[in-house]
Amino acid sequence: MPTVLILGAGSDMAVAIARQFAGNKYDIQLAARNVSALSALEQDLRIRYQVQASSYAFDATDFNSHGAFYNSLTAKPDITIAVFGYLGSQEKGQTDWQEASRILHTNYTGAVSVLNIVAEDYASRGTGTIVGISSVAGERGRQSNYLYGSAKAGFTAYLSGLRNRLFHKGVHVLSVQPGFVYTRMTENLKLPPLLTAQPQDVATDIYKAVKAKKNVIYTKWFWRYIMLIIKSIPEFIFKKLKL
Amino acid sequence: MERRLANWGNYPAISCDESTFSQEDQVQDFISAHSSVIARGNGRCYGDASLAKHSVSTLKYDKVLAFDTTNGVFECQSGITLDQILDIIVPKGWFLPVTPGTKFITIGGAVASDVHGKNHHVDGSFSRHIIEMDVITGNKETITCSAEKEPDLFWATCGGMGLTGIITRVKFGLKKIGTAYIRQKQIKAKNLEDLIRLFEEYSAYTYSMAWIDCLQKGDAFGRGILIVGEHATPEELNEQQRKAPLELGQKRKLSMPFNLPSFTLNTLTVKAFNWLYYLKNTKREINNVIPYEPFFYPLDAILHWNRGYGKAGFVQYQFVLPLEKKEGLVAILKRISDAGLGSFLAVLKVFGKQNDLISFPMEGYTLALDFPVRKGLFEFLDQLDEIVLQYGGRLYLTKDARMKQEVFWQSYPNAQKFADIIKTYNGDKLFRSVQSDRLLLTQ
Repeated sequence: MPTVLILGAGSDMAVAIARQFAGNKYDIQLAARNVSALSALEQDLRIRYQVQASSYAFDATDFNSHGAFYNSLTAKPDITIAVFGYLGSQEKGQTDWQEASRILHTNYTGAVSVLNIVAEDYASRGTGTIVGISSVAGERGRQSNYLYGSAKAGFTAYLSGLRNRLFHKGVHVLSVQPGFVYTRMTENLKLPPLLTAQPQDVATDIYKAVKAKKNVIYTKWFWRYIMLIIKSIPEFIFKKLKL
Repeated sequence: MERRLANWGNYPAISCDESTFSQEDQVQDFISAHSSVIARGNGRCYGDASLAKHSVSTLKYDKVLAFDTTNGVFECQSGITLDQILDIIVPKGWFLPVTPGTKFITIGGAVASDVHGKNHHVDGSFSRHIIEMDVITGNKETITCSAEKEPDLFWATCGGMGLTGIITRVKFGLKKIGTAYIRQKQIKAKNLEDLIRLFEEYSAYTYSMAWIDCLQKGDAFGRGILIVGEHATPEELNEQQRKAPLELGQKRKLSMPFNLPSFTLNTLTVKAFNWLYYLKNTKREINNVIPYEPFFYPLDAILHWNRGYGKAGFVQYQFVLPLEKKEGLVAILKRISDAGLGSFLAVLKVFGKQNDLISFPMEGYTLALDFPVRKGLFEFLDQLDEIVLQYGGRLYLTKDARMKQEVFWQSYPNAQKFADIIKTYNGDKLFRSVQSDRLLLTQ
């Protein structure tokens, strides 16, 4: 059975993605900082879907550990999905470097560090799929979350370049641009119900896009058009908006 | 985030901020940060039992922890819903030991309501099948309890509407089945007397319930259809069904897309519905083998059926009367038919023996009726409460949205003992709901 590695498996979105793939008979490798918190999900996947599931400790910001982490996987995954992210507090990050660097390192540097390792393995084997979950926040910096947004912008550009390079090696790279999603990360935000996806919607979209070898998807789909509009607002107007 | 929240009856609706958790330490953090909170599952209790200013949703705490397919023991976190459990256990030849009329409730809700099913007279309520469970109580400690271990906490949690704390893990026994089908028998009863006689005649069946037309008068007063069933054996299936006896095909679900205007429900439409429902069974007795879903969960086929009662919502009135107080049932049905306040699906069932601390079931007749919220309804229900009290009955807290506190205290014989145990485990009234405040259990 093919195997999926989920980096950042503790989040609501990761649970939905793990179940989506397990439901389609993929074995699942779960990786998160707090590995003991994964045992319930591991059991859940085994019992619900009768697949293999395993857990590994993985810290996105501990760059030096990423090589050893990847080598410790019992089987090399066919698909690697980077789900981890940290929204943090924009306001705090403006003055507190610790918060700002945590936002940047979790969402960008950490992702680059671990996916570099996965990419080398896939490139040398000439097979594999890498899925990066970025964000529409990375498409244009806004005053309310440009620390998070700029890190995601970097990640989006990284994925695009990686796709370009690995295409020639037979490796597929999928960029996922979610809009609003109801998760614990966004629990305290007031989100517009019509524009907000459930984690399950995102998981279904990702599964379909992997199968169809899509390059870039927005989820929900209409975010592609919302972002087109947002990106087309002239900067001299945009800078005056309270977004 | 603040938002309007209501349970299945859409009455009452309150402004509430609801939080979620997927790890135990997250719920610990949440309750530490709030002075009052109530656990909420899938919002399928009808009234205000899981409504509060601060509620914590268990829906993301939904992992399956163990499933012993040899002995039929299931262990899970409290936020998993029964429909998910059925999808896992039925293909392995197991079934829920007790299930209410919807599968869209969480296991935590099943415990907090101590739900009953069509098999109550044989298998009792859900609490009978719990091996052990974990509850986070008022001092933020997780306590494992069972009928033997910490029995006070256990019995005050079964049917205790979340007032002892947050149920986080439940381990319970399952029922062995040979197929995913039910051998069903439907028998028409021409009036209430006939119906009660049929209940007695068919009491050997594991599953039984009856639908009553509560708008009939005279000779046809209380006419209805008794529905009984047994899990079908492989031999009882037809050839098509026998190919995969434990599998059910996927069915498309209908959904009620919006609230119907409240005038759609009136005596005339209810009469017409009931008339058709009774007449659709052209023969006195019908026997067939059907999938378990339409047998146990007929209304689950229409998502959001509660919207049929309009924006103002509805209340479900469910009471139980002692077995020897049949005349109370007659008195209440008379009052309903005289007032012309018929209900689409009035469901009658006979409970077997049970006498727990705070669980609803006791040996006798239980009747459940839906009433759309409208002017004069609550005064009318207060009158019905008096009849229920007079005959020594009580109301189901899971359905309740409006009972006066004195009705609760007079009808639940162990109310004081229950309140005392809540004090032990929830002394600071950390766990409280609109309902528990209304019933003066946490005031």
